[in-house]
Parts: sequence; C-alpha cells; structure tokens
Amino acid sequence: MKDNDIKRLLYAHLLCIFSVILSTFIPSLFLERFSILETHLTWLCICSVFVTAVNLVLYLVVKPNAPSKRSSLSHKVARFLKCCIYFLMSCFCFHVIFVLYGAPLIELVLETFLFAVILSTFTTVPCLCLLGPNIKAWLRVFSRNGVASIWENSLQITTISSFIGSWLGAFPIPLDWERPWQVWPISCTLGATFGYVAGLAVSPLWIYWNRKRLTYKNN
Amino acid sequence: MQKVSVLLFLAWVCFLFYAGISLFTSGFLLTRLELTNHSSCQEPPGPEPLPLGHRGEPGACWMASRFSRVVLVLIDALRFDFAQPQSSHMPGEPSASLPFLGKLSSLQRILEIQPHRGRLYRSQVDPPTTTMQRLKALTTGSLPTFIDAGSNFASHAIVEDNLIKQLTGAGRRVVFMGDDTWKDLFPGAFSQAFFFPSFNVRDLHTVDNGILEHLYPTMDSGEWDVLIAHFLGVDHCGHKHGPHHPEMAKKLSQMDQVIQGLVERLENDTLLVVAGDHGMTMNGDHGGDSELEVSAALFLYSPTALFPSVPPEEPEVVPQVSLVPTLALLLGLPIPFGNIGEVMTELFSGNKDSQPHTSAMAQASALHLNAQQVSRFLHTYSAATQDLQVKELQRLQSLFSKASADYQRLLQSPQGAEAALQAVIAELQQFLRGARAMCIESWAQFSLVRMAGGATLLAAACFFCLLASQWATSQGFPFHSHRLSVAWGLAGTIIYAGLLATAGLKLDPVVLGAVAAVGSLLPFLWKAWAGWGARRPLAALLPIPGPVLLLLLIRWAAFFSDSFVIAEARATPFLLGSLILLLVAQLHWEGQLLPPKLLAIPRLGPSTPAVPPRHNGMHALGLGVGLLLCTRLAGLFHRCPEETPACRSSPWLSPLATMVGGRAKNLWYGACVGALVALLASVRLWLRRYGNLKSPEPPVLFVRWGLPLMALGIAAYWALASGADEAPPRLRALVAGASVVLPRAVAGLAASGLMLLLWRPVTVLVKAGMGAPRTRTVLTPFLGPPTSQADLDYVAPQIYRHMQEVFRGQLERNNSQGPLTVAAYQLGSVYSAAMVTALTLLAFPLLLLHAERVSLVFLLLFLQSFLLLHLLAAGIPITTPGPFTVPWQAVSAWALMATQTFYSTGHQPVFPAIHWHAAFIGFPEGHGSSIWLPAFLVGANTFASHLLFAVGCPLLLLWPFLCESHGPQKRRQTPRNEAETRVRPEEEEEEEPLMEMRLRNAPHHFSAALLQLGLKYLFVLGVQILACALAAFILRRHLMVWKVFAPKFIFEAVGFIVSSVGLLLGIALVMRVDGAVSSWFKQLVLAQQR
Ligand SMILES: [Zn+2]
Ligand SMILES: [Zn+2]
Repeated sequence: MKDNDIKRLLYAHLLCIFSVILSTFIPSLFLERFSILETHLTWLCICSVFVTAVNLVLYLVVKPNAPSKRSSLSHKVARFLKCCIYFLMSCFCFHVIFVLYGAPLIELVLETFLFAVILSTFTTVPCLCLLGPNIKAWLRVFSRNGVASIWENSLQITTISSFIGSWLGAFPIPLDWERPWQVWPISCTLGATFGYVAGLAVSPLWIYWNRKRLTYKNN
Repeated sequence: MQKVSVLLFLAWVCFLFYAGISLFTSGFLLTRLELTNHSSCQEPPGPEPLPLGHRGEPGACWMASRFSRVVLVLIDALRFDFAQPQSSHMPGEPSASLPFLGKLSSLQRILEIQPHRGRLYRSQVDPPTTTMQRLKALTTGSLPTFIDAGSNFASHAIVEDNLIKQLTGAGRRVVFMGDDTWKDLFPGAFSQAFFFPSFNVRDLHTVDNGILEHLYPTMDSGEWDVLIAHFLGVDHCGHKHGPHHPEMAKKLSQMDQVIQGLVERLENDTLLVVAGDHGMTMNGDHGGDSELEVSAALFLYSPTALFPSVPPEEPEVVPQVSLVPTLALLLGLPIPFGNIGEVMTELFSGNKDSQPHTSAMAQASALHLNAQQVSRFLHTYSAATQDLQVKELQRLQSLFSKASADYQRLLQSPQGAEAALQAVIAELQQFLRGARAMCIESWAQFSLVRMAGGATLLAAACFFCLLASQWATSQGFPFHSHRLSVAWGLAGTIIYAGLLATAGLKLDPVVLGAVAAVGSLLPFLWKAWAGWGARRPLAALLPIPGPVLLLLLIRWAAFFSDSFVIAEARATPFLLGSLILLLVAQLHWEGQLLPPKLLAIPRLGPSTPAVPPRHNGMHALGLGVGLLLCTRLAGLFHRCPEETPACRSSPWLSPLATMVGGRAKNLWYGACVGALVALLASVRLWLRRYGNLKSPEPPVLFVRWGLPLMALGIAAYWALASGADEAPPRLRALVAGASVVLPRAVAGLAASGLMLLLWRPVTVLVKAGMGAPRTRTVLTPFLGPPTSQADLDYVAPQIYRHMQEVFRGQLERNNSQGPLTVAAYQLGSVYSAAMVTALTLLAFPLLLLHAERVSLVFLLLFLQSFLLLHLLAAGIPITTPGPFTVPWQAVSAWALMATQTFYSTGHQPVFPAIHWHAAFIGFPEGHGSSIWLPAFLVGANTFASHLLFAVGCPLLLLWPFLCESHGPQKRRQTPRNEAETRVRPEEEEEEEPLMEMRLRNAPHHFSAALLQLGLKYLFVLGVQILACALAAFILRRHLMVWKVFAPKFIFEAVGFIVSSVGLLLGIALVMRVDGAVSSWFKQLVLAQQR
C-alpha cells in the first residue's frame, strides 16, 4: 500500500465533504427562505443529489475497482439500470426498517422515505460505485477480514459511521427541549449526515495510522 | 455443587438486593409524622385571650358559630370545569358540546340570580389525588404524603385531630351516607351512617342510588347537625368511560338534580357545601398531580346572604384544605390541631349591610385564631421532629409575632384606621401561606443517609453479581463460603440487635436487614478479593462485550432523564431492535451467517472461520426481521403517558365491553379467540415437534386436554364479559354466576396443571425405554445399583447412548423417514418441555386478568421469545464438555423484552395507570374486607411480563441445545454437494442429537451455568433498580420526582422482586425436572438389573 493511494482517498473524501457543505449553502442562492431545518425535505433532496453526483464523478475519475472485462454499451446500460434498481430497493428496505424501529406508519411517509433516500445515498451509492451491483461483494466487505483495499476499508468505515450517526440521531427525539430539530426525522438525517462526514474525515486518517498493520491480500 | 445450594445462593443474592431496596425506600418515601394532639374548646390556640364576647356564649367555642348545620355534598372527582358556569353568549363554541360541560345548571342559576348567597371556587388540591388522601386532607386540614398513596385500599382510621372528631366531641350529630372509605377512616364516629361499597369502579349507580334513597328522608327528619353525602358515580364513570362519554352527562345531570333538591330543602341556618375531592385526567383517572387532577370544584351556598360582594368573573383559587378551618369556625368548633389551611375570609365578613370596619375586624379575628393554631402546630411539630427547616421556621415565627402584636394593638384601639386592619390581615395571610409552603416543602424531606446506604448496598450487590457471574463457571469459585458469609451476617445482625437492645433503642427491621446484608456480603467480597486478585487481572471483571455494554449504559442513563422514563415505552423497543440487528450483524461479521463459499474471495491461507456456520443466512436474517416485526406490532398496543398530550393511546387496550359497534366487536372477539387458539396450537405443535406430546405422563395429558379446556373457559368468559350488558334479564343471574365461576375455574385448572407438572415433570415415553432390556447391557463397569450421585452421573449418559443405539437399530430396520429417535427427542427436550408447559400454564390465567385484546400481545410475546431464542441459539456455540455460558447479549435482550412487554400489555409505571379492574375478574362483587387477594390480582396483572420472562429465563440456557437437532436433520434433507454427502455419515456418528442431555452429562457445569444465568439476569435487573434509585436520589428536588422518578422506582422495585422470585421459581423448576430425570434413570437402571 502506498501513501499515494491514501492521499487520493483523502482528496476524494474531502470532495465528498465539500459536496455536503455545498448542499447547505448553494441552494440559498437560488431559493428563497431556504434553511436546513425549515425546508428540510428540499435540503434532503439537494444533498442527496449532490452526494450522488460527486460519488459518480469520483467513480468515473478515480476508477478504484478493477476494470471489468466486458465493457460493451449494453452491458454498461444494464449495469446502470441494475444500480438504479438496487438503490430503490435499498431505499424501500431502509424505509421498512425505520418503520420497524418505530417510525410512524401512516403519517410522515414522505419524510421517512426521504430519510431512507439520504441514508441510501450515504451508504448504498458508494457501495454501488465501488463494488457494483454485486451483493456478494457487499457482504464480503462487511464481514471480518473481508476488505481487499483501502477503498473498501474506507467504504466500510463511512457506511458504518453513517448508520451509527442516524441511530444516535434518534436519541434526542423524546427529550422535552422542544427544539425544531427534534422533530422526526430531522435529528436522524442530521445524525446520518454527521456520521457520514465524520466517517469520511476519519477513515483516511485511520487508514494512515494503521497502514503498517493493514495488509490486503490481493494488493 | 449441589442443586439446592445454587438456589440458596441466588436467594441470598436476592436478599442483598431486597435489603438495599428497602433501606433506600425507607429513606426516600418518608411519611409525615402524625401528631395526636387535639384542639379543644377550653384551650385557646395561643396565649392571647379569645375574641371578646365569644366566651360563654352557648354553642360558641373559639368563635361564635355562624351556622348550626352543614350539608356537605362530596361529589368524587368533581373537576372544576364540570361545575364551571357556561357562558351562554358564545353558542358556537365547540367545547360546549362536551358531555361534562354545563351540566350543573342549578349552580349556574344560583350564581346568576343570587350572587350573594352562593359562590364557586376552584379548589387547589394537593397531590396525591387519591380519594383517601383527599378525605384525610378535607377533614384534618393537613397534607397526606406520598407513601399513603399506595395504601388506598388499606384504609386506616385517622389518628390526627379532625373535623369529624371535633363535631362528635361537641355533641353534634353527624350523619353520613356514601363511600365506605369513611367507615375505615372514622370508625364509629357517625350518629347514623349508610355505607355503600366503593371499590367496584365499574358500578356507577349503587352508591348514588343508595344515597338518594336516604338523603331526603334523613334531611326532612331533622335528626342531624352535619350531613355528609359522598357520591361516587362521577368518579366511577370517569374510570369506566372517561369524561367524554355520554354517561358522564347523565351522571352530572343527576348530581345537578341532587343539588337542586337540597337547595330547595335548605333552612336558613344551614350551609350547603358541594365539593369535589379531586379532578380527573382526560382518561378519567386520578392520583397524580396534573392540572386536571388537582383542580376540583368547591361551591358554597346558604339561603341567607353569605357574601358581601358579588363573585369575581373568574372564580377564586383556594387551597382545598382551606375548607377545614373555615367550616370549623363557621360551625363554632376549634380548628383541628394539625390544620395548615387558611380561612376563607369572605365568609367571615358578615352580610352586605355590615360596616367595613366590623367586617374587617371579624376577618382579622378569624385569621388570627387560624394563625395562632398554625403557629402552635408548627411549634409542636418542630419539637417532635427535625423535619422543618429551622431558618424558615424562625422567619415565620417572627412574622407571626409581628402580626400578632399588630393585631393586639388594633384590638386595644378599636377606632384604628381600616388600612392598618387590612395590613394585619395581609400579614396574617402571608404567615399562613408561608407556613403551608414550608410544610409542602418539608414533607418531601429525605433521609439522605439511608438513601445513600441503600444505593451503595444496591451497587455492591450489582458488583457482586458481576463478579460472581464471571467466576461461577470457573473451578475456584468459593461456592460454599457463602454459607459462612451468611453466618457472619447473622452474627453481625444479632450483635447489632443486642447492642441496640441494651441501649434501649427501637429495632428497625430495615436497618437490621441491611446490617445482615452488609455483614454477609463483606466476608464474601473479601474472600473473593483474596482469591481473585492473586490470580487474574482486574480487566477480566468487565466481561460484557462492548456493544452490549454500550446498550446497557444507554438504557442505564435513560433512567436519569424524565423524558426518557416517560418515553421508555418507545425507547425499549428501539433498543431491543438495535440489539437484534446487532446480533444479526455480528453473526454476519463473524462469518456465521453465510456459508464460507459466498465469502470466498481470492484469499490465501486458512482464514475461514474456525466454527463452521450452523445456520443458513436467510434463516437468521428472517429471525431478525420477524423479531423486529413482532416488536413493532406489539408496540401498536401502547398506552400513552399523561405527559404527552399529543400521543393517542391505542384503543385496543380497552375491554371489548366498552365497544359500541356490534360487528366490530364480534370481529375483535373472533381475533382474540383466534389468538388464544393460535397460542394453544403453537405450544402443542412445539411439543409435538420434539415428541413430548406422545408421552402418557399426566402433565402431557393435561396439555392435551386441560389447556383447550382453559382456552374454552377464557373464550366463554370473554363472551360473557363483553356482552354482559346485552344479556336478556332472564339470563342475568346465569351470566353473573358464570362470570364468577369461569375465571376461578381457569385459575384452578392452571394451578392443578402446575401441580401435575411438579409431580411428574419428566415427559418421556418410558415404555420405549423399558422395552429394550433384551440387548446386552453396556453398563459393565457397574454391577450393583448406583449408590452415589457420581455413579448415576456416569451411568445415565451411557444408558442414554445405549437407548439411542437400540432405536437407531429399529429405525434402520423399519427404514422409516420419521424423526431420528423418538425417545431421544423426548429426553433431549425434557427440560424445555417442562418450562414451556409451565409458562403456558402461567400465561393463561395472567391473560385472563388483562383486557381481551391483550391476548394478541401474549401471542406476540410467545412468538417473539421463540424467535429471539432461535436467533440467540444461532450465535451461541455449544461447548460440549462445558462450561456452558449464556452470553450477556442474550440476558440483556431477555430483560429488554420483559420491559417491552410490560408496556405493550398496556401498563405504565404510574399509579393512575394501574389496571384496578383486574381485581374484579372472578370477583365481580368485590372482595369485602380482604386486601391481599385484590392486591395479588392487580399485581399479577401489572407484573405479568416480569413474571413470565423471569420464569422462562432458564430457556436461554436450554435453547441452543434444543436447536442442535436442526443441524444433522437439515443436512440429510438437502445434501448440497458431493463433498458434504461424503462427509455426512461420519459426522452423524459424531454428532448425536444429545441436545439437553449434554447438560445432564456435565451436572457440575449445568449447576454452574444455572447459577451464572441467574446472577447475570439479577445483575441486568439490579442495574436497572440501581439506576432508578440513583435517579430518585440525585434528582430528588426535580420537578418530576413525584410524578416520574418515584413511581418509576416503586414499579421497578416491585418488578425486581417479582422477577427475582420468578427467576428462583424457574430455576427451581429446572432442578425439579433434573431430579426427576435422575430418578427416572435410576428406575431404568434398576429395571435393567432385573
Ligand atoms: Zn375521589
Ligand atoms: Zn377514582
């Protein structure tokens, strides 16, 4: 493993963090009365789009995974469609899980679904970019000793930290502080975002510090 | 180690916790000191002489009486807005349509037409708003404290000075009719009394109709001086239907007619008081301190002019206890000794013709008497105990002496300015209010030493549990030294008691218990320390895996936030869901979820997981999702806490009888019976699956025939209970009889089933085992019958193996496709079968105590624990020779699920939410004077989930062994590839489905594992009670302490006691089965010898 790789990873992650930050500032130039808390759903959509776009660009530029053998156009289209279906599936899965965790079933469906979308953006989209629509690879990455590169390692860290962030985001909801961000699902989406950003920031550093210890079998 | 000593050890640990809990409770829930001093006519309340001209007058005492007679109409739970006049100029207001508004129109008429004769007050009630506490306050003028709230059904005679005592002392005839709580409070005080049962809250009319039968005749007879009528219909209507029900309108209209009738009959010397003892919440309950509960109505009326001025727009707020000194002085009685109320001055200002100066003078003299009495009380009280704050007391005393001096000065110069008089009145009122505030503040004083001691003891017990659970499975556990410790503790206690006795001090059982606990714990800890510190690092003391520790910590911290305690019903399923997903994720992370070929990446070296995956990936994932689904579905049955007005309680928690629609009711009834049948069928299916249903033993016969009978009984009872009001009159008696007999029959059946289970717990087909003596025996090493336990331990597994071989031989001959060996399955699940049978037998009567639709929750409960056990079993490796351990995540998940079920069965840890109606199931007429039986029924209803999960706790240990039978079977059914098929025969030779017999094969490890399991469960529960105690300790001045933290602590403490007893019972059951299995083997050996 080279330091060069880690540097590339760091730059890529900085770009992702930057996209999240941009998504909070750019829309206020075009939209009136835009704020994260009051027009939360709009921000969710914009943030999701920004992060997805940056991930796609990074995927096209960096090409972290090995080039696939078949590269015909129809294959690419099929792969893209498959990715879209996977993304939608993950959104629905997350929605169901949120409801199982106690989110309201009938009220606030749109809010819950957009939370699922943003969480999918933070977790499924990087997976799709890095690993492709390949469940087996996903399962492999998220198991002990399953990672095969620093990209996968950082993917593991950011995904888990996004999950933990949104999980922690649920804790302030019952408190009686009566703040606007305690309303479902704002604290959870914010938690997911903070978790994602923290994961992005921490993972290159963590990999850098542990670079002696980390040995990837196929590198 | 001996089985019995495991139980004794656990019981001793439980005792440590109990000692801590009771020590803490005795410091936290203090009672107010009740003084027995009495006021008397002859003795003025202060050094100054009584007001001029009032001595020697006939019928006069401290003051001349204004009224010779009083009619006190107490309408239970008459909330202020029930009596509030409805302004007619706002017809479009939607609230006017509420059934409880504007129904007392006679009050409104009086207030409009005769404003000088009547007045409505909003009386400010002190919590706890339970009827008995309120009656005490309304007669003594004091502040009953929280601890009395629990003894609402264990009424005691009032020992303090009170109005009734003063009345009877003065020779007045007091006639009472209504709520029989008064009988206990004032035994033998009434010249004539008509008591009616108050306990049955579903009966709206008995008390009220009984009163109405006697009220007017008594009034017309004239043989009374004070007439008290305590109506209960409004309160019971609130409990049964809530205030928003049309029935409430009817009830209030009836009360209105009563008031109307009384007003027409009143004579000029009579005062009419209409009062509510407390309010009610939106749901019709009371007991807490929410605004709706503490605002009651108070209405005063007299046919002669009573008030000099017209009433204010918004009725004045007066403390409820103010009625006591006011009534006492108006009737010419001394104010009760312990009163801290303040006289309502308007009533002493004479009629509207009197001079301003004279009326102010009269007010001042009444207030001065009142202040003297309160001052005397404070003096006496502070001399008796150190409860009151000294500084505040001194301030109040100086305030009083100044006001008193001013008053005396004004008396000397009667022509003094009116302004000075008003200033004196204000000073006296300030003193009285300050005194009342100080009393409210002080009677929530805690004994910090006891609280700290109790919390420390609890913490030590928790630490001890952790230590011992870690240590229990290792060899060096100083198991028998606990007897020595107990001896030490006893010795310490005796010495302490002796010391106290020689010093002539009073023995306090709480302190004695704590001394015994400390005395027995310290030697053990010391011994443990000596034994442990030498050999192992202290880091091993923290054996809980990180994520589980985090979850436990979060749960622990949640007890310190009132928001989280209130939201626990939602937070617990969240944590449970997190734990479940964590378990699934962990299984995946460890590579146990998926076959390794899926994970096979181009990797070198033997990096595949050491333990081969036992379970299919989809299997564990499905279990996890199913668990989450069950948790969420159970969460649909929630009851909202009072504090969250936006939340809507689930309508499914109310009994079917409250439903109006016939069709929906029938559908629900069908669903409930369906849940019952499903529960029954699944238990039978489970037993059949493991072959235990084939045994001819009596418990199995009971499961086959008795359980359906119980289900039938419950279904019939539900049918009667839900449609009791619709029964034709001819069948009423039959229905009433059946609703008495059916629940008792179900409970009796369950009890007899449990007895049968205890008598013959081994549900094994013995015939098959006995039919095998023709084969030559493998028991060569032992020729005689087994004499010692060790022999038996050695012999039994051999017999077992031998039997299996015999059956294998039969099976091969028959070439059948059935389960591997019948007897093996039976014996392999013998412990679990007994546990599951016992749990089912327990669950049915508990189910009966709940509302019908909670049966769905019980079904979910069984399903959920089944899924959880399977999921946990997927993660627990079987270590064949022992030691067996139950991981922490299993125990925490189990405890979390118990809490979650507590909430989803419609409970909340607050007193108004207790399901009192459970006391009437099987006893529709009430219990008479018995207290224990209703308390038992209500307790069983409240802590049903604690009990079930605690009794079922040993299943956590047993289940992984039970799941062992899956492995070989599955593999045979679906041979995947050639390699596996080739390996299979050898594996089968290796892997006998010994199942739970593995536990028997290592009896020492089995006992140790049971001990460890018990200690772990006690630790998880003990940490909760410790958190509750610490929260109550630290936040004792918090706004929510009496509303949230104290009730939570009490519920958690009682829940701990129920759980620990249940745990002991569950472990005892396992041991009983174990003993029975031993004797079964013994018989078998003897049979083989023959
Ligand atoms: Zn009451
Ligand atoms: Zn009541």
